[in-house]
Amino acid sequence: MMPEKKRGAVQMAVEARSVGESSVEISASNDEISVVATGAWTIETAASLRRALEAGLPDGSRAVIDLEAVERFDSTGAWLLLVLQRRLAADGVLSDIVGMSEEQATLFNRIAEIGDMDPAHPDESHPVIALLERTGKNIFAALQDGVELLNFLGIVTLASLRSLLQPRRIRLVPTISHIERVGIDSLPIVGLLAFLIGIVMAYQGADQLRRFGAEIFTVNLLGVSIFREMGVLMTAIVIAGRSGSAFAAQIGTMQVNQEVDAMRTLGLDPIDMLVLPRMTAMVIVLPLLTVYADIMAMTGGALMVIVALDIPLTQFLHRLNESVSLGTFWIGVVKAPVFGLLIALTGCREGLQVTGSAESVGTHTTRAVVISIFLVLVADALFSVLFSLFKI
Amino acid sequence: MTETGDFAIEIEGLVTRFGRHVIHDGLSVAIRKGEVTSIVGGSGTGKSVLLNTIIGLNRQAAGTIRVLGRDTGRLNERQHRDLARRWGVLFQQGALFSSLTVAENVQVPLREYTDLPSDLIDEMTALKIAMAGLPADACSKYPSELSGGMRKRAGLARALALDPEILFLDEPTAGLDPIGAAEFDALIADLRSSLGLTVVMVTHDLDSLYAITDRIAVLVDRRVILGTLDEFERHPHPWIAAYFHGPRARAAKDD
Repeated sequence: MMPEKKRGAVQMAVEARSVGESSVEISASNDEISVVATGAWTIETAASLRRALEAGLPDGSRAVIDLEAVERFDSTGAWLLLVLQRRLAADGVLSDIVGMSEEQATLFNRIAEIGDMDPAHPDESHPVIALLERTGKNIFAALQDGVELLNFLGIVTLASLRSLLQPRRIRLVPTISHIERVGIDSLPIVGLLAFLIGIVMAYQGADQLRRFGAEIFTVNLLGVSIFREMGVLMTAIVIAGRSGSAFAAQIGTMQVNQEVDAMRTLGLDPIDMLVLPRMTAMVIVLPLLTVYADIMAMTGGALMVIVALDIPLTQFLHRLNESVSLGTFWIGVVKAPVFGLLIALTGCREGLQVTGSAESVGTHTTRAVVISIFLVLVADALFSVLFSLFKI
Repeated sequence: MTETGDFAIEIEGLVTRFGRHVIHDGLSVAIRKGEVTSIVGGSGTGKSVLLNTIIGLNRQAAGTIRVLGRDTGRLNERQHRDLARRWGVLFQQGALFSSLTVAENVQVPLREYTDLPSDLIDEMTALKIAMAGLPADACSKYPSELSGGMRKRAGLARALALDPEILFLDEPTAGLDPIGAAEFDALIADLRSSLGLTVVMVTHDLDSLYAITDRIAVLVDRRVILGTLDEFERHPHPWIAAYFHGPRARAAKDD
């Protein structure tokens, strides 16, 4: 504020939306500051009132705040008034509020009462420190996660052994129901994807090999890559996305509804009831789906080879028979139960880790898919190393 | 004040139905400004449906609803938004946004509807949270980290964010322990007197009814009977007599 204006009147008229005019007029004379408020002092006018009040205050040792002409007054207005009064007090100015109606006084006193408790602002740390803190927490959480997955594997292994010793504990009906849901219900999507992958691989392979005049080797390429890797990997990834996420969501929702807690109270082990049937179903179904995917992918590949390369079916089959041994087929299929186990374990574990809220179900379902696909690919790499060590 | 100015909500000839199932049939009621009105009724009589119809979450089949003098059936979307910011709603479970902290939840309406500077928004948020009786350290917590009672208080802080004229509460004390429920009743009574609120609440809690309610709207036979506690004491309707003379009612009255 300009010094020469200090003793003059400062007026700020404030536009208010649909509530008429509201203003605050601050003037000073003979050591007394006079603040005259008019119109609406509400949340609608608060932004402009705040600006008006943030301008400097004139000098004085006493202040009178006149609310006679205030028509509407809500908690935001009361807060602004309280802030003004505090600011005056900080300058050593005693202020009196006059012209308040009874309701306004009640509201103001209530706000002053709460305001005196000085509601603390949520403390915010420095962004860099916050970033470091988050990074540290996440690394620690990832390590913790690995440990817990091992722990869960142990719990499930013990439960499986117990079930084998006491076959009474095996839940047959849910197991069969999960076999249907994981296996039969996913036949269309797995079949279609495998068929399309077969077509794509045959086409791309033929395109490259034709340059060397070796189109016929497309059949070898197809046979080896589909039976060894693509069939089982595609199936595992589709099932991780489809059923691994479903496991996490189903168990997670039960967790939110406290159904899992209810099970424990009734003396039922959630591992027996929820995890083992899903795991068994997955371990049984994934190899079968892999064989089915192999067949569908080969059908797609064969179709492409016959149509695009003009190789007759008999020659295709002959070539395939020469390039692919039964061992190649088994290498693919033998990986499937392991992948199935990983997908089922991850899905169920994420489901059981859901806490309280619906949002948590979403987070853990996503995690189930990401982690199971990650684990499947890691396991596949380990298998490759293992097979090359044994020269298979 | 004109005569209609005395009423915050006026409902005339309201009919709501789901499919062929009629919930309210020609329901009329007028709720006075500045009073606490409780809606009571047996299960399935449409207490929450009535509340949802007033706030526009559910559309009536016939009848008019006037809230603060505006006919809700004749408003366009923008007008309805303008009207909606003059009331606050506390849902049964608090209905906090689970991905936001308590403070951010309270700030949602402030940021959406006002152009307040951010420091004033922070101050008002802290004030509203304190007003709802939550400790300051609750501000940065997520709803999943709060107890049921605290979640309701946080929901209340969000409902109060825009300084509403009417506060709708759906079973505010359900699921709270008796001490927490009594504190919540006291909080509502205190807010009513300090903010000059009109409170409309659905409740099953007889203690709240006796402690803070000015007027009771009883839903029976698809309509509302409005009256004070004293009037219902001698009411001939069998359900009302059973409600106000049952063992629980007697126990609540003695307190």
